[in-house]
Amino acid sequence: MRSSEVTPRSLYIRRRDFLKLGAGSALAFSLPAFARAKVEHGPKLAGVTANPSYALPEEKKNAFEEITTYNNFYELGTDKSDPSDNAGKLQTRPWTVSVEGEVGKPRKWDIEEILKSFPIEERVYRLRCVEAWSMVIPWDGFPLADFLKKHDPTSRAKYVAFESVVQPQMPGVRGYAGIPFPYLEGLRIDEAMHPLTLLAVGLYGEALPNQDGAPIRLIVPWKYGFKSAKSIVRIKLVETQPPTTWNQYGGGVEYGFYANVNPEVDHPRWSQARERRIGELLRRKTLLFNGYSEVAPLYAGMDLRKFY
Amino acid sequence: MKRLLVPGAFAACCVPLLWLAALALTSNLGVNPVEEVIDDLGYTAFVLLALTLACTPLQILFGWNWPIRIRKLLGDFCFFYACLHLLTYAVVDQGLDFKAIADDVLKHKFIFLGMATWLALLPLAVTSTRGWQRRLGFRRWKRLHRLVYLAGGTASFHFLLRFKTPRVETVAWMAAICVLLLVRVVAAVRRRSGVVQSP
Repeated sequence: MRSSEVTPRSLYIRRRDFLKLGAGSALAFSLPAFARAKVEHGPKLAGVTANPSYALPEEKKNAFEEITTYNNFYELGTDKSDPSDNAGKLQTRPWTVSVEGEVGKPRKWDIEEILKSFPIEERVYRLRCVEAWSMVIPWDGFPLADFLKKHDPTSRAKYVAFESVVQPQMPGVRGYAGIPFPYLEGLRIDEAMHPLTLLAVGLYGEALPNQDGAPIRLIVPWKYGFKSAKSIVRIKLVETQPPTTWNQYGGGVEYGFYANVNPEVDHPRWSQARERRIGELLRRKTLLFNGYSEVAPLYAGMDLRKFY
Repeated sequence: MKRLLVPGAFAACCVPLLWLAALALTSNLGVNPVEEVIDDLGYTAFVLLALTLACTPLQILFGWNWPIRIRKLLGDFCFFYACLHLLTYAVVDQGLDFKAIADDVLKHKFIFLGMATWLALLPLAVTSTRGWQRRLGFRRWKRLHRLVYLAGGTASFHFLLRFKTPRVETVAWMAAICVLLLVRVVAAVRRRSGVVQSP
């Protein structure tokens, strides 16, 4: 698709505002008239191959509309619909990702270089939000391990810290979102190197929509969704456990550093035993490690109630 | 105008439910409709509770009597929406799994506060009629209905805990409820010290 064929973002947003304005008055005449605004699709990614080991054929994938209109991305607003409504407030070009800390070869990448340097594969993963809802999403990306190995991590690299973008025009950054920015996340090095851990650059074969963490984000499918930091600008390998946003919040009232999906360990305010798969009415049982039992050896001998 | 007050308030109280029904019929409840319905019903009940609590302060501050005439209506509708809120949570969200609901109420203060609010409102809704007012005697009836202040408090904290971080909107509602309670306290103190006569 040529760039001239894409509706300019400003025009598209104005059209949406117009639709919203019209919704109220249209209601008086005919109810079905207030249709939902369509979500913009990103450009198609070239050379994506589906990885058959992660096809998840037994699961029904969530629709593009569902994955792109129901998001947690506090920099773009705290309501579930805010990130898609404010998607235009995130600028994804130019974009650099800096890799630093305990590495032999630190590097500042341009996003275009990253896209060219790593073969992109499609993997269908379950995503379990800490808020007890879940989705099944076909991500496009490459293993974080492949990316990290390019930088020769030193023996002192015990943890990986991720930092998300902060741009002054983002509404959550300008206003009050209740958490400090930049958003920080972290993994133990063995978690980061696990073959399941992905750096995603797209979904459904298209460049990541902004509300889903464009242009590059982390995916750790056995942990609650908030561990999978969006719109990453810095990856730092460090020797000690790095501070993470929700672990620090309110003196640790929200979640621990690990945040592995675990039906046995409640959130302070709700149970994690069951979840609502988006698109289904009744809840289903939540699985330990979100069903990715192959990660269990990472936590052998650890008390998962203590390290939650 | 005067004759339109009660039917007008009744119609206004029906709007949130009709709006939800319209959203449902046109599949505009969004990606997580269960959450949307529970949130909207809870929010409506909370706003009606705040409006119910505003009636007496409006009379104290401005000498208006019309809010008192719709106070019972607002309170009844508040309980009506609170019931729909609780029913949606119990039947659809929890699938009537009573063990899960009991666990939820006892282990999590967010749910506990919601249930406490509903339980506080229940006797008030039951005894909101003139008949019950007579049966209990006005003094006792009035004392019982002070439970609504407790409901205002528990509902506020329930609403606050709904979100992972405190929201400006929720904190503003809590402040409003505090002001409404404060007006009564000040009026009661002044009445007791004989500064103003009770209306």
